Amino acid sequence: MSRKISMKTAINEALDLEMRRDPTVILMGEDIVGGTGAPGEDDAWGGVLGVTKGLFAKHGDRLLDTPLSESAYIGAAIGAAACGMRPVAELMFMDFMGVCFDQIFNQAAKFRYMFGGKAETPVVIRGMVGAGFRAAAQHSQMLTPLFTHIPGLKVVCPSNAYDAKGLLIQSIRDNDPVIFCEHKNLYGHETEVPAESYAIPFGEANVLRDGDHVTIVSYGLTVHRAMEAADALARDKVEAEVIDLRTLSPIDWDTIIDSVERTGRLVVVDEAHPRCNLATDISAFVAQNAFGALKAGIQMVTPPHTPVPFSPSLEDLYIPSAEAVAAAVRRTMAPSPRSTLAA
Amino acid sequence: MTTLNERIKPIVMPKWGLSMSEGKVTGWLKQPGATVNLGDDLLEVETDKITNVVEAGEAGVLRRVLGEPGTVYPVKALIAVLAEPDVPDSDIDAFIAGYAVPAADGGEDGADAGPRYAFAETAAGTIRYARRGDGATTVLLVHGFGGDLDNWLFTIDALAEGATVYALDLPGHGQSAKALPDPTLTGLSKAVRDFMDVVGIGTAHLVGHSMGGAVSMRTALDAPERVASLSLICSAGLGREINQGYIAGFIDATSRRDLKPVLETLFADTGLVSRQMADDLLKYKRLDGVDSALRAIASSMFGNGEQTVILGEAVGAATVPTLVVWGAEDRVIPAAHATALGSAARVEVVPNAGHMVQMEAAGTVNALLKDHVTKNA
Amino acid sequence: MTDNPYPLDKADLLQAYRTMRTIREFEERLHIDFAKGDIPGFVHLYAGEEACATGIMMHLNDNDRIASTHRGHGHCIAKGVDVHEMMAEIYGRSTGACRGKGGSMHIADLSKGMMGANGILGAGAPLICGAALAAKFRGDGGVGITFVGDGASNQGTFLESMNLAAVWNLPVVFVVENNGYAESTAMEWAVSCDSYIDRATGFGLPGVTVDGTDFFAVHEAAGEIIRRAREGGGPALLECNMVRFYGHFEGDAQTYRAKGEVESLRANRDCIKLLAQRLTETGIVAPAELETIDREVNALIEDAVRCAKAAPLPVAADLLKDVYVAY
Repeated sequence: MSRKISMKTAINEALDLEMRRDPTVILMGEDIVGGTGAPGEDDAWGGVLGVTKGLFAKHGDRLLDTPLSESAYIGAAIGAAACGMRPVAELMFMDFMGVCFDQIFNQAAKFRYMFGGKAETPVVIRGMVGAGFRAAAQHSQMLTPLFTHIPGLKVVCPSNAYDAKGLLIQSIRDNDPVIFCEHKNLYGHETEVPAESYAIPFGEANVLRDGDHVTIVSYGLTVHRAMEAADALARDKVEAEVIDLRTLSPIDWDTIIDSVERTGRLVVVDEAHPRCNLATDISAFVAQNAFGALKAGIQMVTPPHTPVPFSPSLEDLYIPSAEAVAAAVRRTMAPSPRSTLAA
Repeated sequence: MTTLNERIKPIVMPKWGLSMSEGKVTGWLKQPGATVNLGDDLLEVETDKITNVVEAGEAGVLRRVLGEPGTVYPVKALIAVLAEPDVPDSDIDAFIAGYAVPAADGGEDGADAGPRYAFAETAAGTIRYARRGDGATTVLLVHGFGGDLDNWLFTIDALAEGATVYALDLPGHGQSAKALPDPTLTGLSKAVRDFMDVVGIGTAHLVGHSMGGAVSMRTALDAPERVASLSLICSAGLGREINQGYIAGFIDATSRRDLKPVLETLFADTGLVSRQMADDLLKYKRLDGVDSALRAIASSMFGNGEQTVILGEAVGAATVPTLVVWGAEDRVIPAAHATALGSAARVEVVPNAGHMVQMEAAGTVNALLKDHVTKNA
Repeated sequence: MTDNPYPLDKADLLQAYRTMRTIREFEERLHIDFAKGDIPGFVHLYAGEEACATGIMMHLNDNDRIASTHRGHGHCIAKGVDVHEMMAEIYGRSTGACRGKGGSMHIADLSKGMMGANGILGAGAPLICGAALAAKFRGDGGVGITFVGDGASNQGTFLESMNLAAVWNLPVVFVVENNGYAESTAMEWAVSCDSYIDRATGFGLPGVTVDGTDFFAVHEAAGEIIRRAREGGGPALLECNMVRFYGHFEGDAQTYRAKGEVESLRANRDCIKLLAQRLTETGIVAPAELETIDREVNALIEDAVRCAKAAPLPVAADLLKDVYVAY
């Protein structure tokens, strides 16, 4: 049975269902229970934004609050995964990756290859990503390209509640380490979500909108900006195809290439810092593999190469807007300089 | 005014299924001024699920066409006006000016808000179903392999004009329980009877599509007292051949890219397969338990590349009144199977339609079903 | 027959000697073959430190996990990893413990509870907390042992892990293999406290310091804290003071060490000589029995090198294999 729930509830539901299904699934993180050892209520927080609220009551000691010690507990999650558990560790803000990244990119990501295929590390690291929360430079980054850079990691970034639930269930069942990026400004976003368990396979992009004139590729929050832009463009009879990547590693190159070969135009929207991000990666891939299909230069819509600013007046400028996406599409629709020169 | 209004017949954006809130007019099949007979194809409407033809529910002259091709209208929006030639233009203009689109969602009790889903707890687990109409006779619609009650999107309301119509999701399908205690035809037929017991259906006219046809035949053979008539649409169980590529493709597909071409097998007009149709099926197929349920049913009924249970002879020998309907261009089960019951059944093969004939030629099939049910009521 | 004054029967004592000899012979052979240029990359040798790995690992079974260091050969051998597979790995062969994808610094055998040598200093400590947590959830009595040198004992991961293990009451033993040098830097200079027991105490853990060249001292102390951890008593720290016979890595000229330091250590603090002496002095073991083991170990290592050199190298297809379980 389907009902409308928020992405936050969908994530909670995915964790609950998988903990019921598989006794090796455990959760750990700072304040995921909240109030451990404190004189007040148990289960006081359920995560800093309440994503794991109520799970302690259902699963008790399988939720472990941790000291503020990301290196130790993220490493412990990885070690437990290598020893038969399926830990889901919450990193609160993905920005905190800075203090524990070794455990992820030198340990979890490498075990299988480095040990000659003899290890499996089915760990999920959940964390909040993204700007728009007035949380400033150390609590607002995407960082997704850092993770896609590392072979051995899988990287997931859902744009809605339905995908979040199915992708998180797949992440937990998956036998490789998964970085699960939750855009904090999507927690309240609601979609139809079945009450049952379901897994969305990795590497399958979602085509949210069909169109023949231009392909817009994005993921996470900016998928919604891309959809708003597509709606605006449709009023001018420009039909944009909008692709939501859902997983960044593996990535669904086929869907991107198929679409660009049909539309001949590509706009990539990435909220991550602009250098060596998903936009540059996808642009390069398309330029290398579908250059002949392109009718216009590829456009990238990203924030500027700056830390995320604090003041709302600046942060609003920082995040890629629907208008910026639409403007990028219009640039691809304009007569190309090349054809002007030829004439 | 009232009398005039009754002579002016609005054509509105139809509502096909619970989730439809708007539809796009893709093209008119009748031009303004044309004389329209009951059942004539009027226009094509595209929804997020399917594109289909809107048929005339009444006769008259197409006096006004308001729905612009390429434009999206909410459900119940006025898109054309039918009236006899002697109704003055001014009355029609007044009618159009005064027409108010009813609220998009009729709410819980909206009689025409599309199939309302309910859930029954049966011996076969939770069964989702829709119930429409309140006629004296009862019709039960049984979908096919991998389908659900929405396969009767264009059927259920039409039949409900003269009967109480139920459509259910078989176990392992739609939103019913995914666990299959018994994946055989006997098991599914038992589940149908369990469902009839729980919702209080004594005897019903069974309408089965594809595998649902075989389930209906099994039910008629095992519990003849509960089956008033059979309507078998592109039914399984009437011959050996079945498109194994379709069955395997449907089970194995995990992406839209894989599934869409498989779904196109179902229709004569492959353009009817929308992105949304594929997405909805993927959402169903991703649910825990669905994959194993489908595999269990397929290996029980379509093992080794052919149908393993053939009921034609037994049903032919039984006395249950039977209608067989087939899409001439069925690429899943060959239309040649339509004659399996010989003279024991009324057989209608519908041209230019495929395996989903009840959707592709809804008007024709609905008329045949109504006729069959009425005659055997 | 003389009475056995040791808490181990003769078979175990001979096994301890065999393990220590195997490690020594393995490392001495690598020292020679590395100088010849036969071995790719770089190796860090455990020679001189054998009593520590052996004294601890004799208390463990395959269900217990260890997280090792860059200087991991001794831990591997003592934990039961196949010597032929280790040698082949170091030679970069497809028959290696990691099919030639890891090398000296990443030898692992999860089936033996060996979670890997580790090129990142201090990285094993958080991992072993996870292994111990898994054992706790399974309730199988498994323990986790993590090794650091005096150098990596300064890593935040090591310190954080002691806190985490204490807070979660995990069956973990933190072993500091203090050989006096972090690469070339003296422990006395780089470690701010006088005793590792003070560091353990700071995290609420009991700590013990032993002479790491004394097999019996290590064996006894490790036995006590491993038993305690196994029974739910929580984590502890064990410091083994030991000696490094070779440089940080092969090719290290060790000019930072005092003149005659290594020679003196080899003469006076060789844990194998010391063990042999105590076994033969008491008359429990005849010198000929040890010589037999020496010959067998030599033959084993010789065969391991011969097999490694003859083994096939990984092929191009292996380059792309085993990045993911499925991708």
